[in-house]
Amino acid sequence: MNNFSFPFTRRRFLQGSGAAAVALTFSGRGVSAQEKKLNVYNWDTYIGETTLSSFTDNTGVQVQYDLYANLEEMFAKFQAGNPGYDVIFPSDYMIETMINADMLVELDRSKIPNFKNIDPNFLNPSFDPGCKYNVPYMWGSCGIGYRKSKVGEVDSWKILLDDDKHSGRMALLADQRFVIGVTLLYLGYSANTTNPDEIDAARDLLIKAKKHLKGFVPDSGQDMLISGDVDVVMEWNGDVLKVMEEDDDLTYTIPKEGTVIWVDGLCIPKGAPNMENAYKFLNHLADAQVNAEVANTVHYATTNKAAREHVAKADLDNPAIYAPDDVLKRSQALADVGDALPLYDAAWTEIQAA
Amino acid sequence: MESWRKNKLAFSVLVLPPTAWLVIFFTVPLLIMWVYSFAERGPQGQIYLAVNFANYARAIEWIHLGIIWKSVWVAAISTAITFAVGFPLAMGIAFAPTRWKNLLLLLVILPFWTNLLIRTYAWIAVLRTRGFLNFGLEWLHDEFSAFFALIGLPDVMGEFQALELLYNQKAVVIGLVYVYLPFLVLPIYATLEKLNKSYLEASLDLGAGHWRTLFSVTMPLAMPGVVSGCLLAFILSMGTFLTPALLGGTDSEMIGNLIARQFSSSRDWPFGSALSFLLLYLTFIILWVRASMASRKRGPI
Repeated sequence: MNNFSFPFTRRRFLQGSGAAAVALTFSGRGVSAQEKKLNVYNWDTYIGETTLSSFTDNTGVQVQYDLYANLEEMFAKFQAGNPGYDVIFPSDYMIETMINADMLVELDRSKIPNFKNIDPNFLNPSFDPGCKYNVPYMWGSCGIGYRKSKVGEVDSWKILLDDDKHSGRMALLADQRFVIGVTLLYLGYSANTTNPDEIDAARDLLIKAKKHLKGFVPDSGQDMLISGDVDVVMEWNGDVLKVMEEDDDLTYTIPKEGTVIWVDGLCIPKGAPNMENAYKFLNHLADAQVNAEVANTVHYATTNKAAREHVAKADLDNPAIYAPDDVLKRSQALADVGDALPLYDAAWTEIQAA
Repeated sequence: MESWRKNKLAFSVLVLPPTAWLVIFFTVPLLIMWVYSFAERGPQGQIYLAVNFANYARAIEWIHLGIIWKSVWVAAISTAITFAVGFPLAMGIAFAPTRWKNLLLLLVILPFWTNLLIRTYAWIAVLRTRGFLNFGLEWLHDEFSAFFALIGLPDVMGEFQALELLYNQKAVVIGLVYVYLPFLVLPIYATLEKLNKSYLEASLDLGAGHWRTLFSVTMPLAMPGVVSGCLLAFILSMGTFLTPALLGGTDSEMIGNLIARQFSSSRDWPFGSALSFLLLYLTFIILWVRASMASRKRGPI
């Protein structure tokens, strides 16, 4: 029962339940030259259709490609030492956690000339100041998906957190850091606070809000939205986008208080057996054309400025994918809160038990 | 026939693989968890080995005991319902004509061939506001309205109000009853099957009615199977985390969810281990009570 991805997965639609167990092998077995190999460990459905084959064509390096369903699963594997991976795709807070746990290689920028393509907005994230350990890849947000005909226009987290107008017709995600994070933002605090009083304030508001919620749902808010079970949900933009294509009455917004965004970065874990090939792969993915092909396949927003020229216009013009800059400025990515994580856990337990 | 136990070589050849399996994949991991339960959590969720009881102290805080208590209740209620549904079912199969028996047993076991996750999602499709059950009820409602309108009583049925069946404690109980029913039916069926039917005939011949026979003869004779089946359903329901996470509402978190969270987003393996062992001790106590009850029964007559 361990190989399903719920309740820890997020924002990966169409995720196979067995993603964890699946290890796709793109390379032929028994490749002769040992140094012509690369072991990549990535989220499911998170790469372009031709990304790997064009890399092999350009460099002659064969790629062994493994998948994980959630970050904790990936991290657990590295806790006992690098099991042999060269490139991984952790998100914001996990990048910081892995830096703090001394698991990532400080990148040699001279080996990644394409790094210049990265959007300056993403060059100084709180979780890795100066991007010393990661090459930003894709990003997305956690916002409000809603049914226009039932709730009108939504511009604030108030509707979910501090309002009973749609009592019983709303749901939040079952993700403690993101839910407490946006509640902290709504209250005017940092989504990464380590101050127990602020976490308590968020907890109290959520306990009050809970009466009006249908549930804390594991990444299925978009299904509840389209089936008519709820009218307002907190969800990942990628998930809501999926159902927006099927139902015109549904839409997605990032509230004015800002939100918690996620940013994934490419990292090289310490102990990577094929370091040089890993650098080549990072450079390959930062190439404008290659990166755009990925973005056009997965429909997440790319952090690669040069790539945007080649990204489908429909995606670029979609505010649910490429949020306006001012929204981005008000938003925060999650950081590693270290010893404060048990505070979040305790608050979440109290919210669930109340 | 020579007892196979006396042949030491054959005995060890047969016993060694399962024992090794049990030690390597059950005892050793359990031991590691036990060691972890006294460890400390590092800032990044590292496990620093130590000897401290802080995790256990935290595990028996009121809020966690409350969640355990709620889990016991939910498990007890679902076990009671499972028994009410499962006992007649087991009896039906045990007393069915022989040619039907295998088919009926197959039907009980059949759900196991589908993944639990998919079966639980199926319940979402059945129970939700715009689900199959509500669609069925709405259809019935419309038919009745049409009927009443026909006999000159329009509006007597009013507007159809969809039932809120999903995302609450009831949905969790329904899910648990459904999932663990076979675990209760099979042991009861096994004891009923072995039961000497002439006892029942004797009871009926001697003037007891069918109900009297059921409660005074069949049930007591089937008791070992009933206890095993109920215990199995209860213990499995206690530790569940998938069902409440998918079907439950805002207050459905059970101990299994709390533990699962410690091994994922909260990354607190030591605390998670301590909680797991608390649950394990609780299970042992239940099993011990059952064992001592069984031995008392076997005492002098």
